[in-house]
This record gives sequence, structure tokens and C-alpha cells, in this order.
Amino acid sequence: MLSENAKKDIQAALRKYPNRRSAVMDALRIAQADGGGSLTKGAMEEVAQILDMRPAEVNAAAAFYTMYNVKKPVGRYYIQVCRNISCSLLGAEHLIKHMEKTLGIKTGETTKDSKFTITTVECLGSCGTAPMMQINDDFHENLTTEKIDGILKSLK
Amino acid sequence: MEKVLLKNIDKPDAYKIDAYIRYGGYKALETALKSDRDHLIQLVKDSGLRGRGGAGFSTGLKWSFIPKDPTIPKYLCCNADEGEPGTFKDRGIMDNDPHLLIEGMIISSFAIGAGTAYIYIRGEFVFGIRRLQAAIDEAYAKGFLGKNILGSGFNLDMYVHSGFGAYICGEETALLESIEGYRAQPRKKPPFPALAGLYGKPTVINNVETLSCIPAIVEKGAKWFSSIGPAKSPGPKIFCVSGHVKKPGLYELPMGTTIRDIVYNHCGGILGDKKLKAVIPGGVSAPMLTGKDLDTPMDFDSIAAKGSMLGSGAVIVMDETTCIVKMSYIINRFFSHESCGKCTPCREGTSWLTNVLGRMEHGEGRPGDVELLESLCGNIFGRTFCPLGDGAVMALRGALKNFRHEFQHHVDKKACLV
Repeated sequence: MLSENAKKDIQAALRKYPNRRSAVMDALRIAQADGGGSLTKGAMEEVAQILDMRPAEVNAAAAFYTMYNVKKPVGRYYIQVCRNISCSLLGAEHLIKHMEKTLGIKTGETTKDSKFTITTVECLGSCGTAPMMQINDDFHENLTTEKIDGILKSLK
Repeated sequence: MEKVLLKNIDKPDAYKIDAYIRYGGYKALETALKSDRDHLIQLVKDSGLRGRGGAGFSTGLKWSFIPKDPTIPKYLCCNADEGEPGTFKDRGIMDNDPHLLIEGMIISSFAIGAGTAYIYIRGEFVFGIRRLQAAIDEAYAKGFLGKNILGSGFNLDMYVHSGFGAYICGEETALLESIEGYRAQPRKKPPFPALAGLYGKPTVINNVETLSCIPAIVEKGAKWFSSIGPAKSPGPKIFCVSGHVKKPGLYELPMGTTIRDIVYNHCGGILGDKKLKAVIPGGVSAPMLTGKDLDTPMDFDSIAAKGSMLGSGAVIVMDETTCIVKMSYIINRFFSHESCGKCTPCREGTSWLTNVLGRMEHGEGRPGDVELLESLCGNIFGRTFCPLGDGAVMALRGALKNFRHEFQHHVDKKACLV
């Protein structure tokens, strides 16, 4: 069930557009944050009801955009490491391996305590400060293995 | 050169409206609102401003295609999807100087007669989304947005629309589909957005950097702008430099600054003083150039004459230790990941290219693979609705043109040359 706050935020998003369907991306983003970082079938059905859309149409939008974690639970800290060109030139591959080793999981997996998920992403527009990663909402830039160790340790 | 686009980037609190006004902001808006629409469109045409998103189309000309009938609702969409790998200029503006963009958008909306403006920003830019929303709220509170702006009778609402992870949304018609709540798949053109864009209404889509040039053009005039850089490709330009350079980052320089000047003077040369092997001048869709092209001026026409693209101005520098096969694999993997799936040649072709490049890179290349790459390129290029597939092909063809022997070596020796 969507929280009252999430429903209120979706109503606010609706005011930005001349029709209800246009709010689907905002609504799904709100629902995902409300659901701890992933979208359940139930949440998408609720979004469909609020927006007067068919659940399949909502699902089509959610499945298209890569930041929606459709029916895919993620850890409390969702780590996305850039694997594109500028980060690769400065050692992204090495950093990904280091993180996999430190956390004892492979890219795409979540630690047993549901704390960390590692995934790779394409360019996040942080190329002048490569290599970089995003953890939840925050960018971490100019990464080194030492810096990563410090960041992982600081996350409770 | 006096900075135009990054002038406030290091000034304290520039993201707050009072500081922005103190630094001279929103004066151009007052001037513009006292002028008339045709005059503003002519001014931007005369300035010679060409779109900074990558295509380099005349901004004033694009605006002039919008029907004049005041009874038809019109839209301005700012393309802040900034997804071309290597590009981080729009983020620089939005994070640090959001009012520059907002002021440019209000003036541009007035010029084309738009009553609603959307900023389509990629969802990963959470910091920028918050900054922009706070700045928009401030602009409403000061009467720069909303009803009867500064007593001019002009009304404008502005909203942030957050993308959610799809490179294709940088393609203007895919961006429109995305705002309308659909999967972001490009539309057939014509009709062009100037006639039938967002919700079927006349729409202008401009890049962040393009719109951020507008306040200065209004304040200082078309002549001033067109006198910066080459006559056919004038103005200030933000270059995003990344990769193997000592000082990567954003550099605002006149259009037409040479690659050598950017890499060796402004960025301090190659990391570890190694030799330069290749440089991508305009984001990964742009074919790579080599050391012999270093004296090429960075402007739309000069880079095109070398068979590449100025694109977004994302300069990616690779030193002599870089494996071009591996980089081509990374670039193509990106394109196949981001293909929206609408057109078969792109959807299937980019994945196939990635498979072949992947096996070459991993020492499993087969005889004939280099020729296979070339043949696949021919079957993708020019056969799709939008330029994503073309971008993949141009990037790979650029690599093959200059470094074919490296690809062949990967196949023949199952090993890397570097």
C-alpha cells in the first residue's frame, strides 16, 4: 500500500501536466522511494488506479526506464558504479572488482544482510571527476580503492 | 575571453536568486519583456547561435518555425537529459547556476509564445533536480514566473520533469514521448516538433547550454556574440574534458579553440606525460581523431570536415596505453544497452556489434570478424528512426578507420597490441 505521503506527492505531480498519464514517471519514482527502492506489482496497480491507466501501461513505462527496480528488491545502499568510457579509462573495472571482493558479492547481487547492492551503470555525467559511483541519491567522485573503503565503512 | 556560461560557477551562493540578481541576473529578462517576439527571434538568428546539444542547428531558425497564432498553446522543453558519455556541462550549469538556465528559458518562452515550459532532466541528477526546483520556486516568488511576469502581461509556468534512466530521452521526440508518459521511443519526423510536438502542439526543444546563452545575447547583442569564434559557428562553448589529461573538467572557451590548445594548454597535457593516441571530440557518438588532427579548431564545421562531430563538446582523451578494441567494446555495449528497441537494425545490430567486439576483446575473435563489423555497420547506418544506431556506427567506423590493425591483431593473435 502506498503511504498517505506518497499519495499526496502523486497528487502534486498531477498538477504539472494537462493529463494524468504524464505523471506516470513521477508517480513511479514516488512509489519506488516509498517502497524502499523497488517497485512491487501492488504499488504499480495503485499508481495505475490513481492515473486512470491500465496496469499493463504502467508496467510498460516502468520496464522501459532502467532506474525503476521492477519487482527487484535492492539493498539499503544501492551502489551504481559507472562502467562507461571516461571512468573505464581511469580504472573503473579495477574498482568494481575491489568492491565485489570487499562486499563478497558479484555485480547485480545484494549482500545477505540486505545492506548493499552493487550494480554497474552507463555514464552518469561525472566524467571530469572520474571514476565515480552513485550510492542512493549521492554521487561519489574521484574514486580510489582507499576512498571506496572509507565510504563503505561510513555507511551504517 | 570573458566567461558567459560559467561566469557564476565559482561565485558564492550563485544558485540562490538574490545572489544571482546581485551578479547582474534577470536584467536580460526585463529587457526582453519590453521588446517584441519577432525582434527577439531575429536577434537570436543574427547572433548565429547553433544548438549546443549536438546537432548544431540554428536556434533562431528553429524558433521561427513556431506558428504565430496566439490561440494555439505552445511549449518550450529544455533538454537536460545529458546522457552522451563524456558530457557534464549541463550538470555544471544546473547544479551551480540554475537561474541562468531559468532566465534563458523565460526569455525563450516569451519569444516563441510558450505558456508552459518543462525541464527534462535525467533522473540520476538528484542534486540538480532539487536545485532547479528550489530555483523555480524562488523565481515564482519574485514574480519572474507565473501570471503577468513583471507587469508584461506574459504568463509562464515552469516544471521539472525527471527522467529515469534512458539515454534515448536526449533524442527530442523520445523526450516528448517520455513527458507524455509513454516509453521513450522516437517519433517519425515530419511532422517536426515545431508544428506538432508535446501533446501535438508546437514545441521548441533546446539544450541547457543553448538556453543559457540567451540572456547574454539579449544583454550584449547579436554582434557581440557572433564576433566570438568562427563566423559560421560563433559564441562561447563549454568543453567537457575527461580521460587521460592532467586537469580534466569544464572549460568555457571560444568556439574554434584547437584540440591541442584544450588538451595541452588548458588541461595541462596528458597524464604521466605519455603520448596521445586518440581523442573523441564530441561525446562517444563522434568518431575518434588522432594526433595528426590536434590543430583542428573545435567548431561544428571544422570538426565535421575531419569526418567527426563537435556534438556536445565532450572531449575524451586517450593515451598510448589505451586499447581501442576495448574502448570500442565499451562504447558499443553502451549503445546496445540504450537502444530503445523500436527499430530492428539498431536493436539487433548494436547487440550483434557488441557480441563481436566482446569476443574480440576477450581473445575469442574469429577470422572475418573485422569484415563482419564493417558489414553490420552498413546494415544499421541510415536505417533507423533516430540517430542512436548511426552514433554507434560512426564511433566504430572512426575506430576502424584509424586503428584497423589493432582489431585485426586481436583476431589473429588473440591478444592486445598495447
